[in-house]
Amino acid sequence: MNRQVAVIGAGITGMTAAGALSELGIDVILLEKEEHTGGHVKNWDRLFPSRRPAKEVLDFTGKSMATGVDIRCGSAVESIGHNKGIFTIRPVKGEPVNAMSVVLATGYDLFDARKKEEYGYGIYDNVITSAELETIFSEGKKLTTHQGTTPQRIGIIHCVGSRDEKVGNLYCSKVCCVTGVKQAIEIREMLPGCEVFSFYMDLRMYDRNFEELYFEAQQKWGVSFIRGRLSECAENPDHSLVLKTEDTLTGRPLKMTVDMMILLVGFVPSPETVRIARMLGLSSGPDGFLLPADEHFHDNTTTIPGLFLAGAVKGPACIVNSMADARATAMQVKSYLNGEMLK
Amino acid sequence: MAKNFGYKILPGESIDFDRNDKLIARYLVEHEPSINLCIGCGSCTATCSTGHFTDFNIRRMHTFILRGETKHIKKEIQKCMFCGKCQLVCPRGVNLRNVILTINRAIEHLG
Ligand SMILES: Cc1cc2nc3c(=O)[nH]c(=O)nc-3n(C[C@H](O)[C@H](O)[C@H](O)COP(=O)(O)OP(=O)(O)OC[C@H]3O[C@@H](n4cnc5c(N)ncnc54)[C@H](O)[C@@H]3O)c2cc1C
Ligand code: SF4
Ligand code: SF4
Ligand code: SF4
Repeated sequence: MNRQVAVIGAGITGMTAAGALSELGIDVILLEKEEHTGGHVKNWDRLFPSRRPAKEVLDFTGKSMATGVDIRCGSAVESIGHNKGIFTIRPVKGEPVNAMSVVLATGYDLFDARKKEEYGYGIYDNVITSAELETIFSEGKKLTTHQGTTPQRIGIIHCVGSRDEKVGNLYCSKVCCVTGVKQAIEIREMLPGCEVFSFYMDLRMYDRNFEELYFEAQQKWGVSFIRGRLSECAENPDHSLVLKTEDTLTGRPLKMTVDMMILLVGFVPSPETVRIARMLGLSSGPDGFLLPADEHFHDNTTTIPGLFLAGAVKGPACIVNSMADARATAMQVKSYLNGEMLK
Repeated sequence: MAKNFGYKILPGESIDFDRNDKLIARYLVEHEPSINLCIGCGSCTATCSTGHFTDFNIRRMHTFILRGETKHIKKEIQKCMFCGKCQLVCPRGVNLRNVILTINRAIEHLG
């Protein structure tokens, strides 16, 4: 099967890129491993900072693809090669695809919280991840402990798997701080009797309206922030948890019992992405995420002509940035194809 | 008059960085440069057994030293049991055991 462009990965990035390419009149196929499009965002409930439903953003982006994008779900890309300007992509099912250009939008993976054993994920009942909390919210369930009781106090733990040389990830995952603040608000909204404490090292409210959300969390929702990184956690016989940290602002060790703990898991490079990149001879940075040709001037192109990168394959990114990146990539692909046609 | 006024001159409580003697700080940074990687997260203090039973605080102590506040360190550092738990949890890979050794050595050499 011949196509002008193949977009690999139908997360918000791949969907946006494919939609933009088809609006530019380009013949595009979108290959997705899962049975549905949407990537990680399809598991999120409401988005920071405005708390707009994630579904709204996905539905709208889905509509932009309605005319013209050939969407193939359940088509994980197994192998890829390129020869004389043509890429050959072999999905697990269906015929191979030949394309003049490829957009790699296979995204990221969540940090596996079991690797931080001292936090007790997978060992203690009432330790869950931020991603699991999103699922509880989006399924419209009530937040309860594993034992079925209403939590009276919840601890939110920042930087799980990020900014931690002990797990080999020095980088900051960028979006978990604001996700934690958003989720703190949502817990208070759902369970007004439940206290919420966030344990942080730095609060990275880098983008528009993030700091305001932090302000709202304190002012309107009474969320408390303790500046100290969780050092360890232990379980009580009643399945509540004892957290140990230093309250660095008073300079004293602090112990606190909570009924539940939410781990703000970070981004890690997805092995799938790295595997596909290796097949094409594309390298990763020291952080494991893929490297574009130039950080300022060619941040969507690669050392391989015709191969483009977009979204979280290049490192932690929010949806707004991923979508902007996808649209920029579509323009780059168009000029590449124009150039190719002139040749 | 001044006597009745109710005020007296107290020694300053702020950290006088310009005046403080940073000899030990310099020695520490030179001999164990990983101390510069500290982000003040408090994991070392939270996990330190000594810190749970005494007012010893390893993070506060090495931060004070970097600011040139060294008045009580000689007595303070004796409290450390040199168990190395702090180093196991540090997210920045600060070599805390050697930090403590180096501080001890600095005290020996520089007084
Ligand atoms: C807990 C949490 C909450 C978040 N909340 C927000 C929020 O409120 N607002 C916000 O802006 N951002 C949020 N984010 C960030 C958001 O998830 C990312 O910005 C977004 O998912 C990036 O999209 P992407 O398409 O680049 O990657 P992904 O979402 O990872 O999508 C990649 C897609 O590629 C597919 N794929 C992978 N390998 C293959 C293969 N070999 N073949 C075919 N397909 C493949 C995957 O199945 C997936 O569908 C949150 C992140 C976390 C962890
Ligand atoms: S965004 Fe916040 S929680 Fe996430 S890694 Fe960075 S500092 Fe830690
Ligand atoms: S080595 Fe000293 S400072 Fe570190 S945990 Fe042990 S007693 Fe505390
Ligand atoms: S654990 Fe490491 S980074 Fe954290 S305060 Fe101690 S020395 Fe600094």
